[in-house]
Amino acid sequence: MSIESLADLPLISPFIEFGFMRRALAGCLALSFGATPIGVFLMLRRMSLAGDAISHAILPGAAVGYLIAGLSLPMMTLGGLLAGIAIALLAGGVARHSVIKEDTSLATFYLISLSAGVLMISLRGSNIDLLHVLFGSVLALDDDALLLLATFASISIVMLAIGLRVLVLECYDPSHLMRISRLAPVVHYGFMLLVVLNLIGGFHALGTLMAVGIMVLPAATSRFWVESIVPLLLVGVLIAVLGSAAGLLISYHFDLPAGPTIVLSLGAIYLLSMVIGPYGPIVSRIRPRWHFSH
Amino acid sequence: MDERYLGDGMTTQRPIVRFENLTLGYHRHPAVHHLSGEIASGSLLAVVGPNGAGKSTLLKGIVGELTAMQGSIALSGVERRSIAYLAQQSSVDSSFPVTVRDFVAMGLWAEFGAFRRFDTKAKQRIDQAISAVGLSGRERSLIGQLSGGQLQRARFARLMLQDAALVLLDEPYSAIDANTVRDLATLVRQWNTEGRTVVSVLHDFEHVREEYPEVMILAREMIARGETRSTLTAANLAEAQRRSEVGSHVDDATVCHHTNPGEHESGGR
Repeated sequence: MSIESLADLPLISPFIEFGFMRRALAGCLALSFGATPIGVFLMLRRMSLAGDAISHAILPGAAVGYLIAGLSLPMMTLGGLLAGIAIALLAGGVARHSVIKEDTSLATFYLISLSAGVLMISLRGSNIDLLHVLFGSVLALDDDALLLLATFASISIVMLAIGLRVLVLECYDPSHLMRISRLAPVVHYGFMLLVVLNLIGGFHALGTLMAVGIMVLPAATSRFWVESIVPLLLVGVLIAVLGSAAGLLISYHFDLPAGPTIVLSLGAIYLLSMVIGPYGPIVSRIRPRWHFSH
Repeated sequence: MDERYLGDGMTTQRPIVRFENLTLGYHRHPAVHHLSGEIASGSLLAVVGPNGAGKSTLLKGIVGELTAMQGSIALSGVERRSIAYLAQQSSVDSSFPVTVRDFVAMGLWAEFGAFRRFDTKAKQRIDQAISAVGLSGRERSLIGQLSGGQLQRARFARLMLQDAALVLLDEPYSAIDANTVRDLATLVRQWNTEGRTVVSVLHDFEHVREEYPEVMILAREMIARGETRSTLTAANLAEAQRRSEVGSHVDDATVCHHTNPGEHESGGR
């Protein structure tokens, strides 16, 4: 098959024809490999909602960067990083030692940060800028932004590969880890830092409202397909890659906004998996229960 | 009978744990106070007493989860981190998708830590531990698919791999079926034969009489301590019950009124 005929295929031609589509795809791949495994752990730690709150907390930080330097990648990243870390410390503490109701306090973080962020951007910016921070600009990723996404993804993958054993133990038996090792706090805060880094990556590509989507949706979807931890990570990444590529293509062919279309594609895969996945609520109920008897 | 069963203060073997005028508690409320005594290396000791007597508190103190409000706990010949401790409430989130094999393997943490690869020998030891607790064939099951008794077996296998000189078991057999209790008790006996010190908080006095040569009766303070046959008596247990009922009124105050430790040393009754 020649290059010319490949270029005619609707699944491939947009990526061959347009640089911005290739960049968008590369950005999505980076997010899939970096953010989705983190999302699997967020889900298993029952912290998906905390992830959502942190992703919104990034906005006012990034907005301060925006007020100082406009739509500047380094300044908005730095601001988002500081704000994200601050809220991650608070939210992590709340999720672990919840004397007050966790969902309420997370909703509080979420509302305050989102409105503060929107207000700050509106002080100086246009509605276009506002749309940019809320829904991202995956079709306008420049070299610096791509490099940032790739760096964050690489850091995540390397850290997870090194720390997988201790992170897994910290997830299912934190008090045991605390007894046998000094690493427990390092792991917890290291993990929260990875969450923040990946949410900032997601913020640049998909915006503050959608960033957590590529983290949480593929992770939740993979639970319908496989059981144990390593397959969950791999299937999650695969689903994120497929879903975001599909979203990009659909948004291109039907002229839809890219960020929300990507998240909706991931959502569609989630709903489909719920119906046909072997561990989904439907198939697991109609399947004979022989596998529990041994 | 070995001399070490004569009661506290009279042990001939080197003590692995020694506590002195020890008071432990939560939020400034003492749960157990003015304990003095030692646990001889290699002993097999049951800790009994009414609910709220401070039995679990004592184990938490030894393992370092609680710090002494007063007095001290000294360990010798064992590092705090290498104590094998089975908490009463399993802290394991069994909805987490981890296999029995990976769960048990964490017992090798002291040797392999967070990063080192398990070698063939380590894998054999993991398999042996799983088979010793009777879970062969379930290696690849997720811990969430195990019954309560099976999960307890898995926790014992992990404990076993810790290869600890001091083993603390906090109510290891509550809500566990009789077969599992029998199998796990055999393991405990074997650990003790291997020279490990085992301290268990237990409620079943029959079990204590059959399995444990030495007993400590607590009711927020030391009621009695010594050889099981002569110490685990109806009189001592009734005394423990009575003291814990009186004590629960007194100790609503945050300040501990018992200032003279000697008054409460009633070992070897």
